[in-house]
Order: sequence, then C-alpha cells, then structure tokens
Amino acid sequence: MATVVNDVSLQVATVNGSGSQSANTVLLRTIFQMGVPVSGKNLFPSNIAGLPTWYTIRANKDGWVGRKKEIDVLVAMNPESAKEDVANLRPGSAVVFDEPLGLASQRSDLAFYPVPFDKVVQPIGGDAKTKKLLRNMAYVGVVAQLYELEMPEVERAIGKQFSKKAKALELNLAVARAGFEFARTNLKKNDPFTIRRLDKNQGKIIIDGNSAAALGAMFGGVTVVTWYPITPSTSLVESLIGYMKQYRLGPDGKATFAILQAEDELAAIGMVIGAGWAGARAMTATAGPGISLMGEFVGLGYFAEVPAVIWDVQRVGPSTGLPTRTSQGDVLSVAFLSHGDTRHILLFPATVEECFRFGWEAFDIAEQFQTPVFVLSDLDLGMNNWMSEPFSYPEQPIRRGKVLSKEDLDRLGGFERYRDVDGDGVGYRTLPGTDHPAAAYFARGTGHNEKAQYSERSDDWERNLARLTRKLDNARAALPAPLLEGQGAPVGIIAYGSSHHAVLEAREQLQKEKGVETDYLRVRAYPFSREVEGFVKAHERVYVVEQNRDGQLGSLLRLDLTAELVSRLRSVAHIPGLPLDARSVTEEVASREGR
Amino acid sequence: MAEAKTNRIGLTLADYQGSKSTLCAGCGHNAISERLLGAMFELGIKPERVAKLSGIGCSSKSPAYFMSRAHSFNTLHGRMPSVATGALLANRTLIALGVSGDGDTASIGIGQFIHLVRRNLPLVYVIEDNGVYGLTKGQFSATADLGSTLKTGVANELPPIDTCLLALQLGATFVGRSFSGDKKQLSAMLKAAIAHRGTAVLDVISPCVAFNDHEGSTKSYAYTKDHEEPLHELSFVPVFEDIGVEYDPGTTVDVRLHDGSRLQLHKLEESYDPRDKVRGMVRVLEAHAKGQVLTGVLYVNTETPTLLEQLGMSERPLATLRAEEVRPPRSVLDEVMRSLR
Repeated sequence: MATVVNDVSLQVATVNGSGSQSANTVLLRTIFQMGVPVSGKNLFPSNIAGLPTWYTIRANKDGWVGRKKEIDVLVAMNPESAKEDVANLRPGSAVVFDEPLGLASQRSDLAFYPVPFDKVVQPIGGDAKTKKLLRNMAYVGVVAQLYELEMPEVERAIGKQFSKKAKALELNLAVARAGFEFARTNLKKNDPFTIRRLDKNQGKIIIDGNSAAALGAMFGGVTVVTWYPITPSTSLVESLIGYMKQYRLGPDGKATFAILQAEDELAAIGMVIGAGWAGARAMTATAGPGISLMGEFVGLGYFAEVPAVIWDVQRVGPSTGLPTRTSQGDVLSVAFLSHGDTRHILLFPATVEECFRFGWEAFDIAEQFQTPVFVLSDLDLGMNNWMSEPFSYPEQPIRRGKVLSKEDLDRLGGFERYRDVDGDGVGYRTLPGTDHPAAAYFARGTGHNEKAQYSERSDDWERNLARLTRKLDNARAALPAPLLEGQGAPVGIIAYGSSHHAVLEAREQLQKEKGVETDYLRVRAYPFSREVEGFVKAHERVYVVEQNRDGQLGSLLRLDLTAELVSRLRSVAHIPGLPLDARSVTEEVASREGR
Repeated sequence: MAEAKTNRIGLTLADYQGSKSTLCAGCGHNAISERLLGAMFELGIKPERVAKLSGIGCSSKSPAYFMSRAHSFNTLHGRMPSVATGALLANRTLIALGVSGDGDTASIGIGQFIHLVRRNLPLVYVIEDNGVYGLTKGQFSATADLGSTLKTGVANELPPIDTCLLALQLGATFVGRSFSGDKKQLSAMLKAAIAHRGTAVLDVISPCVAFNDHEGSTKSYAYTKDHEEPLHELSFVPVFEDIGVEYDPGTTVDVRLHDGSRLQLHKLEESYDPRDKVRGMVRVLEAHAKGQVLTGVLYVNTETPTLLEQLGMSERPLATLRAEEVRPPRSVLDEVMRSLR
C-alpha cells in the first residue's frame, strides 16, 4: 500500500456538549505545529447537548484548506451517527471507533481500529464526568500514534489548551499518552494515510474569522458596540469584549469604549445609528434574522447618512433556517435592505486576514461615505479556525471623513448638511455637542433639502436621491478592489467570501484533471468596481460561484452589466449548509464546459 | 427699544426658538414645546449641548419647533430610545431630551421604552399623551381610557396602558404626570426632570384638538381640567438661585437633585412622599378607580446610578477621543499575534 503523506481529511464524530472541542483543537494545533497546512471545520447542531456533531480536520501539503468532501479517517465516538458515518466512507478509508460500537463487521473495505476508550481512561483517575471528557483526549493519543503525529507537539498543544488549568493539564497529558500507548501496543496500522513534518507554517497564526474581525474593529478604533446574541455572530462580539477589556482602557483605567447587549436587533442597530450620528465608530454583529429586523433602521442610516458598521455572519435561511450551518444567502437582501430606493456598501472578506483588515477599514469607509457598511462574513469563515500570515498593522491613520469642528464653523460661518460642496455626493457633517451656534442640523428620515429641513418638494427629493446615487457610485473606486488570478483563459470564475478557498483548489483540479484553464476574479466589495465588468468582457463564459440557491451575487452583476455580458454569466450555486468544497465546483464547471 | 431679557449665559428667549410649528392651532404639543424651551432658557442651558430625539407622529415632529440651535434626530416610529441610548454612549456630556407620543411609546415602541427605563439612561422622556393617533386621523392609542369615545361615538373597549405606572414598576428614577394646560406645574416638573440624573418619564396629557377633544373623550381639555387631581404644588429652585421660598417643613418635601437644584413639593395631599415608590403606584391605581387624572411628581430617586455611570467609560465623549486613544499601538498587535502562533 503506497503511503499518502500529508493529504488527509480526518473527521471526529461525537455528541455535542461532550467536550470534544478541546481535543479537536489539540489535533489541529499539533498538525499546525508540525508545519503541515491544516484547517478545522466544526459541523455542529443548534443544541446545547446530546445531538451529533462532526469536526473535520484537513491536513494538506499543498495548502488547500477548504472543505474536502471525502473523509479519509473517521473517529467514531457517537453511537447515534456511527453506522451512517461508516456507511458513507469511501473504500480504503479508516475508522477509529469506540470498541463497544462493534463497527468492524459493518464493512470489509475499510481499516478498523477498535479502542475501548473507557478502559483506556480508567487508570487515569477523575470522577465519572471527568472520565467522560478525557475519552476525547484519548482519541488524540490514538490518532497521534496511527498517523505519526509527534507526541512532543501533541503535548505542547495540550499545554496551550490547558495553560490556565494545572489539574486538567496533567490529566489530559496522561490520557493522551495512554491513548498513544494503547494504539502502539494493540493496533496494527492498515491504511495509507500519514502526517509528517513539513516547514510550511513558519510564522503563521491560527485564528477564527470572528476573532479576527473583533481585532480589526479594535484597531479600527471602534467606540460603541451594541448587539444581540445570535449564532454565528455571537463569538465576534464576545471575542471583542475580551480584547477591549484587555487593550482599550485609558491610563485612568476607564474604558475607551462602550459595549451594550441590547434587547433585540432593532435596538442594537438603533443604538449603532444613534452612536454613529453622535460621532462614535459604532458597530453591531448579527446574522440573517437580525438583518431582517434591522431593515428599517439601516434605511434611516442610509437616508439620514449616518456611518455604521454591521457584520453579518451569514447562516442558512430563510427564516430560522439552519442556524449553525453556513451560507452566503444574505447578499441580495443586504444590498438593498429597507424599503424605497435604498442601496448599501458591502464588503466580502474571504480570509481571516481580510476579516481583520475589513474590521478596521469598514469604519473608515463608513465615515468617508457617511452610510452603513455591511461586512458579509459567514459561519465557515467566522467560527472555524484558519491558518494565516500574521495581521499587518493598519497602514493608514484613522479617517473620520468630512466632520466640521467648531473652528471650521468659525471660519465658514455655517454649513448645509446635505449640500454637495465637493461634487462627490458626500456632504459635511457636525457632531452633536459641537460648541457652535451654527453646528446643529436636524437629522431625519423624512424628505429633506440640503439644509436638512423638512421638505416634500419633488425637486428636493430628486436632487437628494441623485446625490445619494452619486455618492455610492463614487464608492466603487474607493472600496477594496477585486483580486485577479490568471490571465488569458477563455473561462472566468467570479467568487467571493469563503468560497475563495474551494475555488482556488478547484482551479487547479480543473486545470490538472480536466484541462480547463480558468481566470479568477475575487470580488471584495459592492457596488462593484469597474474591473468586474472588464473581467466579464474579457471572458467568453464566467462562472459565478456562490453559496446560496439563487445566485445572489450573480443577480447583482446582472443589474450592472449589458444584456450581452449578462449572457456570459453562469451560476454555480451551492446550498448544502456545509462549507463549499472544491470537488463540487470542479465537477460542475467541467461538466458545463463539456469535459 | 428695550433689550430682550437674557438668561444666565447671556442668551435671549429667541435663541431657544425653533421653526414655526406645523401642528394644529391649539394642539397641546405646542404648549409643551413652549414649556420645554422656556425651561431650557430659564435654566441657562446652552442649546448646543442639547440633543433632541424623537420617534414618529405629531409629538415627534415637535422637536423641529423649538431650539433650532440644538442637535436633533427625528428617528423611527417607536425607536427613539435606542437612538438616544447610542447617542449618549457616544457622547455622555449631551443633555438628552426625548419627545414621544402615546402611540410611539405605548404601542409600537413599548419594548424600547421598557428597556430604556430599565437601564436608567439619563434622558428626559416626554410623552405627549393624547390617547389618539393624529397623523393617521384619529385611531385609539394604547393609552386611551376604557369607554373613551372617538368623534364617531365608537367607544374604546381595551384597558389603557399607564406609562407612569409601568415606568415606576420598571425602575424609572423620576416619574411625573402633568397636563399641557397646567403651565406652572409642567414648567417646574420639566426643570426638575432636566436637572435629574437618570431616566425621567413625564406623561403629559396633551389634548388633540383635531381628533380627541370632544365630549366623551377622557383626554380632552375639558375632561382633563375637570378631573385633574394635583398631588402637590411644585417649585423648582435651580442651583444658581439659592433663594427657594421657605415652607414649613411639615408641609413640604424638599428633594435635592444631582446638580444641587431643589425640587420642592408642597403638600396638598397629606403624607405623600415622592421617594416612596409603592405609595406612588398605589396612588395612581386609586386615582384610576376614582376617574381622577392624578398629576405631579409621582416618584424621585436620586441614588440609582445611570447606565453611563455603570459602564466604566471614559469621562470624555467616546466620539471625540483622539485616534491614539482608540487605536492600540503596534506592540499590542504583535503581542496578540504571538499568542496565536
């Protein structure tokens, strides 16, 4: 049997609430520390305890970190799902399983490794509850032995995981060693997979997108954060609370921020709009149902021209949908969120690095254009761990946009809030509390003229809407530009957000396996840069890859393009609720290309 | 020509005026606007320090009709509390004035009203209460009394929400009820509410001359005048005028407010102490049973910290902290990056 080195997808099937997360993180970190590119994806239920959950770790020497459809090694700890999990494996895969489950007789084309986890854990000590938790670290030891994970790295990863809990550290180290010993003595390796040290992770970090976004916001000078807990955005704000308490206290010990849990998403966005109006760098984080509730307020934000940052960590809708599964299903509804002629700026981070970058940049954009800015992350990007280069410190100073101070007003004598003085559609604003008799203006969601006075006149209304259109049009060139890979291929791919990782891998599969050369444009913002149109013009067929049913970004493209260019677009849309995998993209594009 | 009278910061009443009101002639809301700007003038509050916030409805239009020099945000129906909360988080030095109506507060906005009060956000929250939807031409609101009739004779069959009673139960730290036609009481109450530190909920009966001022309405001028039952006479003694009228301590309760001002309640009703919340609630319920419109300061609590005090924030406005105060240095990013390796 030829050995397959550093190309393996390992899935741990457990029950949620059983404490397997620490063990899975240790496995992930061990592989990371061994210099092998790795990713971890948690597939979990909307439940506190007792339902099946799967954690998939992919180690790949070429650096592909998107989801791989096929599982090579299954660790079957959950009696509920074990039979089906085993049935789904491809021939030649391996199964580490809790011996009492008796799975070995189910199939003859797999490598089975029975482990009596209760017996392995028994001598370690601890009460019944502890023993149950320790079973998880026992499979870490078993997997380490079977797949050549280096025990010193396993121990280092356990050390990091339990750095603040001495007793737990000791027990976990002991049980990992016991698992390792059990495997060494009792199991005979009978599958091709293995992991061996590489040197590909030098200097890299591991972080989830929500924590990266939180860090970005902190370095963006966020001052007001109001929110309502909702999966999968909750950890963004919780992570932010942790960082801000540590790093954002003034010399007097006072917070340079306010974080408030609101009574619902209506209030959360209302507070953001109030704070943005009053001059704070204000943000909230939410998911689809929260977005639906925020509609009326973001319309007010758009029309009264109030800066705001809204992170939408997307999950599967409609309605409550699949709260713990990933999608890119909010693109269209967010682009035009609220009634009337409303349109918003969207940013699409694809990596944790971009979660960080857009985390701070979104505030600059919101204040520059005086409008709500949505950052569309998703559950896969936000809640899963990703490797990354370390983040770069913001290279530009904080940009507050057009804000008039008391001194400015002394010089000017006055101002008109919604007058397009500079011809870019963006007026000058003042902040409440500015100590000047001419500083105040009347912000409102009702029709208004350039002086912010109530107006129902058609000419005032039309002029104002035209200016808002101009403002958003001007944003195109100022937003993060799309990134192009490849040149001269007849086939183009457009994708965004977390689909990026699968698309990168799919392009190589398409080229190597199917002989289809592709160019790839990754869109990073809406309204679209003019380059997007140029890309479509330069390609005969353009596949728009996204994680929703109706091809929502494709719909936005159709609004911008001529009929001839629209005819070149083809939607590759996926909605299983699982992170996009390369194979699905490859097969669909290849088949539509007749390969 | 005689010089216009100036207040203690040298401004005239004209400096507190707003645009011309577009509300109906005789609308109670206009009288409240007058009392509000008068109170601000008399207290010598710089208009620029004030943030006027409102929701949607006739009441919520009124911030345009006083104090044009104050910053203002006319927000969404029933959502003024959240916008006010955000604004004060951004700038805790603002003097916040929320203007709402009975529909805006007791129907569509009751959730936000409740949570605002719970948080004790430092804000004067005026409910211009006429029991009816004016802008949509005369539907009952949730504060309309049982049996009160529309012009068409249709009687309200649902019990009213008493916003004062609700505010008391939720922990509001200043609760009062007044009448737009009671100049003296409303002025004193507004001044005390502005001087108070915390949420001050003032339910001001403000008859709607267009849709709810007829016989059979319990929110008409005539009905309110006939049934008003003042708990006490109010005097407000600002901190800069240390010359309150001295009353016999047996007949007057003297409440010292946050800024040193004093609210004096001269007892018309024996043994009423505005620091006794339970008594306040009981008294409101008794008044309902008797068909009285009980007015006065029902409750004051000067001890409870406000939301802004509880958050441990910088004393200076978050909105205008310097860039280097809100963006940690490069060394912090390096430290975090190291921890993620």
